[in-house]
Amino acid sequence: MTESPTNLRDASLTKAIMAEIRRITTQAWNIMEICGGQTHAIMQYGLDQLLPPEITLIHGPGCPVCVTSLQAIEQGLQIACQNEVIFTTFGDMLRVPGNQADLFSARSQGADVRVVYSPLDSLKIANANPDKQVVFFAIGFETTAPTIASTILTASKSGIDNFSILPANVLVPPAMHTILSNPANRVQGFLAAGHVCAVMGYHEYLPIAEQYQIPIVVTGFEPVDLAAGILMTVQQLESGQHQVANAYPRFVTREGNQVAQQIISQVFEPVDRQWRGIGTIPLSGLGLRPEYANFNALSRFELSETPLNESPLCIAGKVLSGVAKPLDCPAFGKDCTPTHPLGAPMVSSEGACAAYYRYHRTRE
Amino acid sequence: MCLGIPGKVTKIYEQDSTSMASVDFDGVEQAICIATTPEVVLGQYVLVHAGFALNVLSDTEAEETLKILRDLQEFNNRLTEEDQTK
Repeated sequence: MTESPTNLRDASLTKAIMAEIRRITTQAWNIMEICGGQTHAIMQYGLDQLLPPEITLIHGPGCPVCVTSLQAIEQGLQIACQNEVIFTTFGDMLRVPGNQADLFSARSQGADVRVVYSPLDSLKIANANPDKQVVFFAIGFETTAPTIASTILTASKSGIDNFSILPANVLVPPAMHTILSNPANRVQGFLAAGHVCAVMGYHEYLPIAEQYQIPIVVTGFEPVDLAAGILMTVQQLESGQHQVANAYPRFVTREGNQVAQQIISQVFEPVDRQWRGIGTIPLSGLGLRPEYANFNALSRFELSETPLNESPLCIAGKVLSGVAKPLDCPAFGKDCTPTHPLGAPMVSSEGACAAYYRYHRTRE
Repeated sequence: MCLGIPGKVTKIYEQDSTSMASVDFDGVEQAICIATTPEVVLGQYVLVHAGFALNVLSDTEAEETLKILRDLQEFNNRLTEEDQTK
């Protein structure tokens, strides 16, 4: 691998930061990493095992596949099964269980479901198939929002009218409010998701830190980044501070990427959204603005209401809100595995259950 | 989903009136949309997610972060040495 200013995997440096965390820690602290990508990196590099026993990492709801509502998945399945439709999605969504089926099984029944790397690929498919309706499953946080908004602007500009999205985008700050205002909350500090902040900046977190008196540290994804983010959080906790700090300044500024933010707000507006396992969070989703409402797949297809049935065994909601860990679930690794998941956190490359399963965490 | 992969911009061009770049990810070149990072120039690193460059790497900040952390490492090494000589 070539040396670049982005490779921060130096083991000795990571260990030195961990030593500093051990040196300054005097009592127990619970810190939540919001982003599921960070959960996976923490498990992959075994960072949780290098921390002093006083520091507990709580895994957050930052797994878009996991929090996409059962209703949206059922809507996606209904749309995908229509004759004239090519349903396009990020690969993670294929195995997420709906009531009975998932998109994989819809595909095996003949539905044209295609995995794309970028929403732009979906637009290319629409361009190449003018006699089909091409629908993109618009899931993700603020990181994905500008890519989808930009694709809609391109579709609008190019007059591609057989392209639409199933809107399911969600936002991080409202979820933080929900976690912090829960009476059962244990979180005392946050690692904010570095790539969400690369787009949005971190100014939106200042009122949250102030209101709940909680330190929030913007954190990256390499082992050195994660260790540094945890250190900066523990430093604040130990000294009674509650600031928003930035441990990922090479990609994140206070104001973020304003071009991307402008594109998001041109196409989308905040709407109430349902989070799987958590419930409806006010103004926590992105819906299409009236000017772009014709790109909403929900208005292009007649869908029927289906009753929604979650697995009674799955504790995904508790895992996603940080109240339980994957190993607390009696179904973990037995009735629920990545090939036969009962809940979305076992499916996604960002789901906490999948991270525990993949990196062989045993009961502690 | 929010995984972002840093890559180096090796070419900038227009395609169907969209700003695009060739981005090198440790030897693998990929066409990436730079509509949300119009300021990027050749040779810079961008953070790529779902086919789009989300932001441009700040070299100065990257060096500064590493410098702070290396100082911390030295400080910790000194502490360990002092412990051992006690």
